[in-house]
Amino acid sequence: MATNILMPALSPTMEEGTLAKWLVKEGDSVSSGDIIAEIETDKATMEFEAVDDGVIGRILVPEGTEGVKVNTPIAVLLEEGEEAGSTPDAAPEAAEAPATVPADATPTVPASAAPEATVPPMEEIPAGTSSKTQTVREALRDAMAEEMRASDDVFLMGEEVAQYQGAYKVSQGLLDEFGERRVIDTPITEHGFTGIAVGAAFAGLRPIVEFMTFNFAMQAMDQIINSAAKTRYMSGGQMNCPIVFRGPNGAAARVAAQHSQDYAAWYAHVPGLKVVQPYSAADAKGLLKSAIRDPNPVIFLENEILYGRSFEVPELDDFTVPIGRARIWREGSDVTIVSFGIGMTHALEAAEELAGEGISAEVIDLRSLRPIDYDTVLASVRKTNRCVTVEEGWPVASIGNHLSATIMQQAFDWLDAPVINVTGKDVPMPYAANLEKLALVTTAEVIEAVKSVTYRAGGL
Amino acid sequence: MAARKTSGNKAARKQPAPDVSPNISRDELIEFYRQMLLIRRFEEKAGQLYGMGVIGGFCHLYIGQEAVVVGLEATAKDGDQRVTSYRDHGHMLACGMDPKGVMAELAGRETGYSRGKGGSMHMFSKEKNFYGGHGIVAAQVPIGAGLAFADKYRGNDNVSFTYFGDGAANQGQVYETFNMASLWKLPVIFVIENNKYAMGTAMQRSTSTPDIYHRGNAFGIPGEAVDGMDVLAVKEAGEKAVAHCRAGNGPYILEMQTYRYRGHSMSDPAKYRSREEVQKVREEKDPIDHVRDLLIGGKHASEDELKAIDKEIKATVNEAAKFAQSSPEPQEAELWTDVIA
Repeated sequence: MATNILMPALSPTMEEGTLAKWLVKEGDSVSSGDIIAEIETDKATMEFEAVDDGVIGRILVPEGTEGVKVNTPIAVLLEEGEEAGSTPDAAPEAAEAPATVPADATPTVPASAAPEATVPPMEEIPAGTSSKTQTVREALRDAMAEEMRASDDVFLMGEEVAQYQGAYKVSQGLLDEFGERRVIDTPITEHGFTGIAVGAAFAGLRPIVEFMTFNFAMQAMDQIINSAAKTRYMSGGQMNCPIVFRGPNGAAARVAAQHSQDYAAWYAHVPGLKVVQPYSAADAKGLLKSAIRDPNPVIFLENEILYGRSFEVPELDDFTVPIGRARIWREGSDVTIVSFGIGMTHALEAAEELAGEGISAEVIDLRSLRPIDYDTVLASVRKTNRCVTVEEGWPVASIGNHLSATIMQQAFDWLDAPVINVTGKDVPMPYAANLEKLALVTTAEVIEAVKSVTYRAGGL
Repeated sequence: MAARKTSGNKAARKQPAPDVSPNISRDELIEFYRQMLLIRRFEEKAGQLYGMGVIGGFCHLYIGQEAVVVGLEATAKDGDQRVTSYRDHGHMLACGMDPKGVMAELAGRETGYSRGKGGSMHMFSKEKNFYGGHGIVAAQVPIGAGLAFADKYRGNDNVSFTYFGDGAANQGQVYETFNMASLWKLPVIFVIENNKYAMGTAMQRSTSTPDIYHRGNAFGIPGEAVDGMDVLAVKEAGEKAVAHCRAGNGPYILEMQTYRYRGHSMSDPAKYRSREEVQKVREEKDPIDHVRDLLIGGKHASEDELKAIDKEIKATVNEAAKFAQSSPEPQEAELWTDVIA
């Protein structure tokens, strides 16, 4: 049967090209793989190979023709022994347009119309539950130990997590209890061990990867984003990557630019990840347990300065905190202060001080940055009509920017003042003590911003 | 795969066929022929569908390299795992994935392995332990070691076939992985498919020492160079590597010296090498012609038998193409699914 040879698409973007030269003439026999023509695309001159055996019956487009559209018949290929005058059957099967769903059958979904996210229910702490005072550090260790006791698939790997007992002592005691099969010291090789952990997660294990700090996770960024976050989608839901990446994030003290950076906004940007950044010890414990059980890759951002802070942690056999649910720390009526992680320190201090001046601030700890609990934030803003966001990270494309946009779109009519984002300064972290202080977010800046949105004297 | 299948066929035969060589039976060699031909014809069809605009974006063909995956798959057992780069169609077909599902994915259809959301470079099969399909050069190397890590953690004797190219062999994460794989004695076979060109850069212009299989020396990983155009040599080397890994001796490197006939991707005019160079390899080293010559020359198969196989493969590939083109594109609601479990 005669078939049409069609003008090929020879690059991802080619729509038409020039048929520069025929290397065969009518009547020539060709085999699969023989070069039959040269075709100029917008990028290069490409050789075009026969894809089947046969005889060139007719050349339909002479050489030198410009602007030949992709899929235009350019020659007729005959089977051996076929008449030169044969013509292909109408519309060769292969050239059929792809089957598409008619537009009227399925209404087009605008790009922004993502399905509504459902906010998970708040954690429940039964009345009368006792609590104990614990540091964030201890709470994190307990969370890992409890989950490792519960499942042999859970293991911890990272630099200095085993024999050294953790560079920041978060994994203290875990080697003794679980042994070196499950608490694994790695070489200093973030890109490599992150990839190995991702492969282990693909195979169904539940790795906890400790980065000594998240600054070093930049070495592993490709594995975190391209391998861990995207594979479920790229596989049409076949693959899972149940893995936790955890470690201290943000500024410590006097460690300068390369060791002082808040990655909250970076990771929150990426679909396929979950991102949490706890403030209190209870949330650190409950969220880490949830993160380890989660079937998705979870970025768990800790803070060195918070490791030693003590909080009350509920004494429950299995205390978890849902990922994606904010917590209202302090109710108020005049302004909503939204923060997370160490930013909460400034938010709460500011609220306390403002209360003394007669300003009632509602303080929300986001706890999760992907998914974000928009409902809690919006409900609060609709009540207080004012909002200040607080974070340690840089101002451009910050979490605060994103919240401001969301509030503008969904609570514009409730706003009595523009939202203010209080952030770290737009500079690499300086070393000098006085300059470092200037670069970081301060409680005073939060107070000033609140006064500005509430139009009180002393505001911006 | 092939080995298991062949031994089953052999048991059912009335008269045992003469073996071609000590470790290859006639039936197995025919199966190699069939599998390599399936990959070649499938890739030719993919190239054709690309030209027609049915397949878009990046599409990297495996033509010329068929003996590597076919020979190595003959050494695998159930439970073994494989992972590779974006030049992945051959690996998927060789491990038994359905040509229809692969072609449909190339065409971006809902019946594809990734429901149309992965494309040529990103396909997976949990059933066949095929872990992708990775688009970032060398990213699959630590992932393959991670699959082996899981095997070691669980205490089984599976191995992980981790394929990458001569170009990827210059990425830093390969050496990070070599170090840990050797340190932790992970059962991973690093298969370096040296096809001589990293996109358009010839190996001698990118690689400081010519013998890539030596690159495990610094980490105590044994390695050897193998004629990757000879499926029998591939199988023999594979058996040795697999035995090493299964015995708990840690990783092994196989540098498969092979050649890709087509450009790096579909839009590569391949001006960095001469047409004569390609032609010479095709004429002198073609892996499929090699097996065909063994079968015909040794009178293990007749021309008619091989023609029947050709016909059968052509039908399989045409069926896959037809299936792909007649399958619908994904529903629009699929845009939002599978982001998060």
